[in-house]
Amino acid sequence: MTSTLPNSSPYTSAPASVSRVMLKVIYAMIPGSIAHVYFFGWGLLINMTIALMTALLAESVVMQLRKRPTLPALFDGSATVTALLLALAIPPLAPWWLPMLGSAFAILVAKHLYGGLGFNPFNPAMVGYAMLLIAFPQNMTAWIPPHELGNTLSFMQTLDYSMVGTLPANQTLDAITMASPLDTLKTQLMLDTTVSQILLTKPVFSGMAGIGWEWVNLMFLLGGIWLLLRRVITWHIPVAVLAGLGAMSALAWLIDSNHFATPVFHWLSGASMLGAFFIATDPVTACTTPRGQLVYGALMGVLIYIIRVWGGYPDGVAFAVLLLNMAVPTIDYYTQPRVFGHGGK
Amino acid sequence: MIHKLNRFHGGLHLPDHKAVSMQAQVTPQPLPKQLVIPLQQHIGAIDEPSVNPGERVLKGQLIARSDAHVSAPIHAPSSGTIVAIEARPVAHPSGMPAACIVIETDGKDEWTTLTPCADYTQLSPETLRQRVHEAGIVGLGGAGFPSFIKLTPGIGKVVETLILNGAECEPYITCDAMLMQARPDTVLQGAQIMLQAVQARHCLIGVEDNKPTAIAALQHALQALNDDRIRIVPIPTIYPTGGERQLIKVLTGKETPTHKLPIDVGVVCHNVATAAAVADAIIEGKPLISRYVTVTGAGIGQAHNLEVLIGTPMQTLLEECAARNVPDMQTIMGGPMMGFVVEDLQAPVIKTTNCLLHQTKPQSQAALPCIRCGECMRVCPAQLLPQQLYWHARAKDLDKTQDYKLFDCIECGCCAYVCPSHIPLVHYYRFAKTEIWAREREKLKSDHARERHEFHLQRLERKKQEDEERKRKKRELLQRAESPDDNKQDAIAAALERVKAKKAAQQVAPQNTENLTTAQQAKIDAIESRRKTLSNDSGQDEGQ
Ligand code: SF4
Ligand code: SF4
Repeated sequence: MTSTLPNSSPYTSAPASVSRVMLKVIYAMIPGSIAHVYFFGWGLLINMTIALMTALLAESVVMQLRKRPTLPALFDGSATVTALLLALAIPPLAPWWLPMLGSAFAILVAKHLYGGLGFNPFNPAMVGYAMLLIAFPQNMTAWIPPHELGNTLSFMQTLDYSMVGTLPANQTLDAITMASPLDTLKTQLMLDTTVSQILLTKPVFSGMAGIGWEWVNLMFLLGGIWLLLRRVITWHIPVAVLAGLGAMSALAWLIDSNHFATPVFHWLSGASMLGAFFIATDPVTACTTPRGQLVYGALMGVLIYIIRVWGGYPDGVAFAVLLLNMAVPTIDYYTQPRVFGHGGK
Repeated sequence: MIHKLNRFHGGLHLPDHKAVSMQAQVTPQPLPKQLVIPLQQHIGAIDEPSVNPGERVLKGQLIARSDAHVSAPIHAPSSGTIVAIEARPVAHPSGMPAACIVIETDGKDEWTTLTPCADYTQLSPETLRQRVHEAGIVGLGGAGFPSFIKLTPGIGKVVETLILNGAECEPYITCDAMLMQARPDTVLQGAQIMLQAVQARHCLIGVEDNKPTAIAALQHALQALNDDRIRIVPIPTIYPTGGERQLIKVLTGKETPTHKLPIDVGVVCHNVATAAAVADAIIEGKPLISRYVTVTGAGIGQAHNLEVLIGTPMQTLLEECAARNVPDMQTIMGGPMMGFVVEDLQAPVIKTTNCLLHQTKPQSQAALPCIRCGECMRVCPAQLLPQQLYWHARAKDLDKTQDYKLFDCIECGCCAYVCPSHIPLVHYYRFAKTEIWAREREKLKSDHARERHEFHLQRLERKKQEDEERKRKKRELLQRAESPDDNKQDAIAAALERVKAKKAAQQVAPQNTENLTTAQQAKIDAIESRRKTLSNDSGQDEGQ
């Protein structure tokens, strides 16, 4: 990794670099993040900052220990993207050690124990998230409602909570947090109500999906489309994920619309768009052949749905990603493109 | 009429840097004092000198040849005295010196007696091939494969299309463009002669559309010629559209199967410069002793094309073109995508030297790990998975690299060009290929039984082919009985051809690797010769 290029052709190269790629990914996260902050308050920014600092620190410590040049690793942007994705998955109102632990785990264990950039089979951000969810389920499921529903914490109040765990005098954590829309739907459905009743009566829903969530998802969709246009990612994975998720939800909804929500609800809920465009497309851990990416994405969409609807977790994206990560080498091997001059037409 | 074009997968739009060397006309290079002529300028067997030191030679006189089938004779580029036959620095990826004939020129540039031919249409395909061979013509596009072999379709093979490759898709290089511009008639004559030699129905001349002047010149010349078998086809400028198999796909839609040759899909493909050399050889009787060379690059004051005698030291060309001589410059023979660095500029121009690219050494960037972004895969014209090839080549998992079809890699460099991690991918592929060849050789060496078996099979096959050939020849001779003047000549040519075929067969048989075609064998040889450098380099492998 430290060696220089051998003096052999080609003697010219495109001005591409890993950091440029990562930088574009970071730009593309901006609209979704703004929507997130708008609806769910300042917590995201605080979490992002903590996660980012932790990730960069962890990255440089590891690079030092492995006796590798530190600066290129910090500037290649991959640790940054990991940290930001993780922060987006953590509830906005969270104690400081939550993003910190998750981020450190993602970089140290999920990334570097497996050999560092390019060698990690599992998406580091999702490993970090999964670890937090298993270790601290309560903190990880306490979402604050969008500001329409009374989340009025100021930046300083949020920071206070993050740092020392205190809330303004008249408020308690239980009072201001509530289950996320996906969780709400799941628990309410057990009470023998229908989807349409729940969407109309429960305040977290806008009638289409969760208040705020639909906008966050639409903004990530926007950023994702921009990534597509800038050719940072290809259409295969996101389209396949959304198609897989859409197909499953459409099927269930057509069979029993009382107990299953529409595809649109699922596309605009939870981490659907973030997952489809930003997490599933992580090049290191995703399939690399075009056909493989379609298989990978579609299976992931199906899994997201299954875990969401029948699983015990608030959303299915993280576990769907991790499960599919394991299948990548096999999928890639069996979906090699037809090589020029080898049969076909 | 618009010719329907096809696409190949991937490829790149590269900045072409061609305009700079296209401004000036082609200038003949002044006669150098000394000419250094390597005995191997082609793919195939090395030539034996047929002259001795002290001997005076005339321009165009044969000075080296080989009895091997895959070979091309060499001629004196100017008149003068042979002063030495010894190892000299040559342009080769290995950087090793090689045997050369050194001629001290006498300034008279005195030609030997040539045998021009006023009407080549009177000559049989065999005679044409024979003369192309005797003129020492090899593929001038860079590969250097003896051209007469590619003009020999072989028994039972019908050539539908002759393709002339005027794509010249590598950046910077303009010698073919210049040739098409300056001598379009010669190129077209070459096409006609080749059409006759391979008995093809028609000829497509593919030229990238970034050379409108060359296309116009050819079209103009074609109008005058009024030969409706020939078509000039502008093709989109996408690197590497000049790769033989890529060009065939673009022009005909046919995909040459990996283990087959273009002839198996009814196509024969030659470079435009080769066609011009064929025309000169047949019509004027001139052997191949000079060529157009582009001298260009950021380090060149006056980039342009020169007409250069084979054997001219590269250094003198650079001086001619006002090369800046500062440290950290390097000279590449060929283009930036597939060329190689010339270590010693005393090395001479050879038949395959199309371009000297003089520029600053690229800054060494540290390679990052592969992030599997797939960019390389999206540009690979062979539809490979370069990232997987790299992964396995790096791990020295040679079997896996073959699973991923390493040997379909044409080393075009597209993947390395786009890689955001700046991984020298092609370097890894070359290394893996040479490793595999080495391993294969070892295995076969110890596998005598199989060797003998294959030899036996080959012999049977050869005997069958020879019988058929003999029968065919007999039929042809009988048929031609009405045209008596050609008859004798043909009979002689046929006899020669038979002798050669036999020799060729003897050549091929002991090679015993697998059922290799000559082209494959040639490829192996080229790869093998790179081994030295590569195995040295590989010591500085990525330190992961
Ligand atoms: S372009 Fe480079 S980094 Fe991207 S997949 Fe190919 S080898 Fe890996
Ligand atoms: S060098 Fe080989 S692997 Fe790379 S793009 Fe060209 S053919 Fe594909």
